[in-house]
Amino acid sequence: MSEGPLSFVDRPNSYIGRSVPRPNAQRLLQGRGTYVEDIRLPRLVHAAFLRSPYAHARIARLDTAEAVRQPGVVRVATAKDLVGLYTPWVGVLGHMKGLKSAPQHPLAIERACWQGEPVAAVVAESRAAAEDALAHIAVEWEELPAVADPETALAPGAAAAIHAALGDNLAFTRSIDAGAVDDAFARADVVVEDSFAFARHTGVCLETRSILAEFNPADRQLTVHHSSQAPHMMKEIILRHFPLAETGVRVICRDVGGSYGIKIHVYPDEMAVVALSLLLGRPIKFIADRLESFVSDIHARAHRVKGRMAVSKAGEILAVEIDDLTGIGPYSSYPRTSAVEGNQVINLTASWYRCANYRARLRVAFQNKPPMSQYRAVGHPIACAVTEALVDQAARAVALDPAELRRRNLIADDAYPWTSPAGLRFERLSHQRCLARMLELMDYDGLRREQAALRATGVHRGIGLASFVEITNPGPAFYGVGGAPISAQDGCTLRLDPGGSVTCAISVTEQGQGTETVVAQIAASVLGVPLDRVRVVTGDTERTPYGGGTWGSRGTGIGGEAALQAAKALRANILALAGAMLQEAPEALDISDGWITDAASGARRIGLDEVGRAGYFRGDTLPPDVQPELVATRHYQPRDYPFAFTNGIQASWLELDVETGFVTLLKHWVVEDCGTVVNPLLVDEQIRGGVVQGLGGALFEECLYDGEGQLLNGTLADYLVPMAGEMPDIEVAHVATPTATSELGAKGVGEAGTGGAPAAVMNAINDALAPFGARVTEQPATPQRILRALQQRQARMESNELD
Amino acid sequence: MSEAVDIRLAVNGEPVARRVPVRQNLVDFLREELGLTGTRAGCEHGVCGACTVRIDGAIARACLVFAAQLDGAEVVTIEGLSDSGEIADLQAAFHERNALQCGFCTAGILVTAAELLRDNPRPSRSEIRDHLSGNYCRCTGYHAIVDAVEAVARQRSAKGAS
Repeated sequence: MSEGPLSFVDRPNSYIGRSVPRPNAQRLLQGRGTYVEDIRLPRLVHAAFLRSPYAHARIARLDTAEAVRQPGVVRVATAKDLVGLYTPWVGVLGHMKGLKSAPQHPLAIERACWQGEPVAAVVAESRAAAEDALAHIAVEWEELPAVADPETALAPGAAAAIHAALGDNLAFTRSIDAGAVDDAFARADVVVEDSFAFARHTGVCLETRSILAEFNPADRQLTVHHSSQAPHMMKEIILRHFPLAETGVRVICRDVGGSYGIKIHVYPDEMAVVALSLLLGRPIKFIADRLESFVSDIHARAHRVKGRMAVSKAGEILAVEIDDLTGIGPYSSYPRTSAVEGNQVINLTASWYRCANYRARLRVAFQNKPPMSQYRAVGHPIACAVTEALVDQAARAVALDPAELRRRNLIADDAYPWTSPAGLRFERLSHQRCLARMLELMDYDGLRREQAALRATGVHRGIGLASFVEITNPGPAFYGVGGAPISAQDGCTLRLDPGGSVTCAISVTEQGQGTETVVAQIAASVLGVPLDRVRVVTGDTERTPYGGGTWGSRGTGIGGEAALQAAKALRANILALAGAMLQEAPEALDISDGWITDAASGARRIGLDEVGRAGYFRGDTLPPDVQPELVATRHYQPRDYPFAFTNGIQASWLELDVETGFVTLLKHWVVEDCGTVVNPLLVDEQIRGGVVQGLGGALFEECLYDGEGQLLNGTLADYLVPMAGEMPDIEVAHVATPTATSELGAKGVGEAGTGGAPAAVMNAINDALAPFGARVTEQPATPQRILRALQQRQARMESNELD
Repeated sequence: MSEAVDIRLAVNGEPVARRVPVRQNLVDFLREELGLTGTRAGCEHGVCGACTVRIDGAIARACLVFAAQLDGAEVVTIEGLSDSGEIADLQAAFHERNALQCGFCTAGILVTAAELLRDNPRPSRSEIRDHLSGNYCRCTGYHAIVDAVEAVARQRSAKGAS
């Protein structure tokens, strides 16, 4: 560590580490937010889409004549009408070797490949009129065999290739073989193994996908109001696929009603809206309704994993092997692809344990279901659930407490830097400290005693632990290197205004996490101004520096560091001007609470408003060689490591009704290490919200499909998401290991909750089931699945008695 | 095609007279006709609770009510509750505890929470959770929302007692 003045993070009036409420939440609390659906423009028209009712079908005839004549209809479009307006896209990345996919179009051409694929669009005076007209489009479908199941999709001779030109349905495959796996299994005292299934689920953002595209043909300017996490990326995508100049596209994201990764992909219907705006030269709005969201938003997870673990009698994990099969729908998503989820499963599995022998295989299959792609905690919940379930099984097999088996195998806190068998590089993690903190936080021993006492009375409670790592602050090796227009860097511009306030424009975006607040806290702390004097602008390609946006748990770690560096630069500029004004060396001055102060004594000299006024209005009073620069821009991208990994542990305490299979969540705990915590209130909220999304996938959420690729529960009444009544209180604690790769030291936190919660709850259910010898390894672990596991165990025992 | 009917009602205390298509639901009426965009459609089939408003003193889902049914009714939306100051303490508690993230569900949750505290001034945490179970929030995990409602209940009864 370098000696020197107090770090900006630790200055006396620092807002860093303080639970500051979000200033921008006030308008949302009063119903005064502005989401895309709230924007009204002159000549605005509305789009609705006809979607394929079949998972796989040829479009034999598509007749729009009757629809065109319906009241209020402005235009009806099929794929033919959009020819020449765009170029198709293919969801592959250069560094995902062997990944293949087929070209995608805004509207299906000749054939639909999933139930929900957009086939035709109606543009009308109102959404209702557009929907009315949809019913008048005549379509003749010729149903084709649907490949719903990924095993069938890959079994030789079992199913035709969905895209004949690709040869087969294997989109991507990758294997890892590190250390001496076979040897380790051969010499193991115990081998545990199991098969796991993780259902498809989806994001269910309360604000559905929304876009308003306004093309002004007079100056060829396209303005897109988008519910998105990455406005600069969307602009770049539009430039790649539409004949527009870089100067002619602006993407604006105002309030975004939840996204969680759902709103970072390129969707055919949204591209159709852009194309239609070019065609009609007027603003077109498309707000997906809830029912079409279920079949057109990306789905998530959908894995079948076989896993096994070799352990010594002393409880040392000797080797891990997994085989993951995932179905991604008929296309790999664009531009992030649909292979990253599975890739992260095999990269991450067991990586937080010392074990050096690791083998994994991933197969990614095409099928006739909606595209599957990145959703909050990409791959993490699967990697964590499989690893942690095997760890619990291993503990049971060698008669060790599961906490103790973790303690013996988690990477030691002083072992860093560490490289995992799959090649992940960990800068500095704190698994052992987190485990110790967790056992104390939840009173682990006390709970175990309570559990034992209750078991004697017929009450079945379970405790589940799950250690985890989380990928945050991704560098350019994640997407950029593969050719995607996805920026790993972010920029921040800070300007001192004449009255002494600061305007901050930054390329990371706000979807409710508190990005703007965190950035303001950092800028205000470094600059020495009160927080309410900082105004943050985000979500506009024309008004912010260039950058990646908010996804991949990168807003604070990358955007925050850009803000810190910009604030240091502006601070130096302000002090240079103040020095000239006061005839002092800039080093003799400081800024505090909006005042230029004497650095040594802290005495106030002049206000920042005086500096601002002199800089902008009274240049005549300044020495001739002084040119005030009251604005500064800095960019930041992580370079030292491909990712800043975080780590932590979660625990679940629940009660299982063995008669009904119902699970009651009693309490959930998280101990997490995301490095420097800028705002504990917001960090804890991120973790809790993430946990609940993880619990949704573990217990409730599932897109149920029949064998023909038809969604069976595509309404919010049938698809279950967590409600307040069934969620537990969630206690969060922190261990702080700042990353040395940035001055701020912050890592990400957005996905940790979702990554670890399903593992913790599955382990807790199986802990409660342990006296019955039953196990559940399918998620969601519904009452039906739990009862089935109990019945199967019962049936096995009865047949044994008969033998 | 759609017929229209004339309705007269009070929205946030202001008299409103309109001819509305019979199929127009209240959430579209508020948003499209009156520009009251604080009420939001999250599912349009009565599950998520984002469009919750108050009709004649009781909460209702604006997506399940036709505007044409509301002749003579008194409707209060988040805008009315904000302007009157009736839920200022709830809004402050939500703000202080960050009991919202994206904000899309927030108006509905506030309207529902206001009703709970009116009918049950000292709800337990589990009563708060039960009452809010018709309002989906995908961002927060609910914990902070329960904290905020609990805190307001405590504040209000402390005030009432003093």
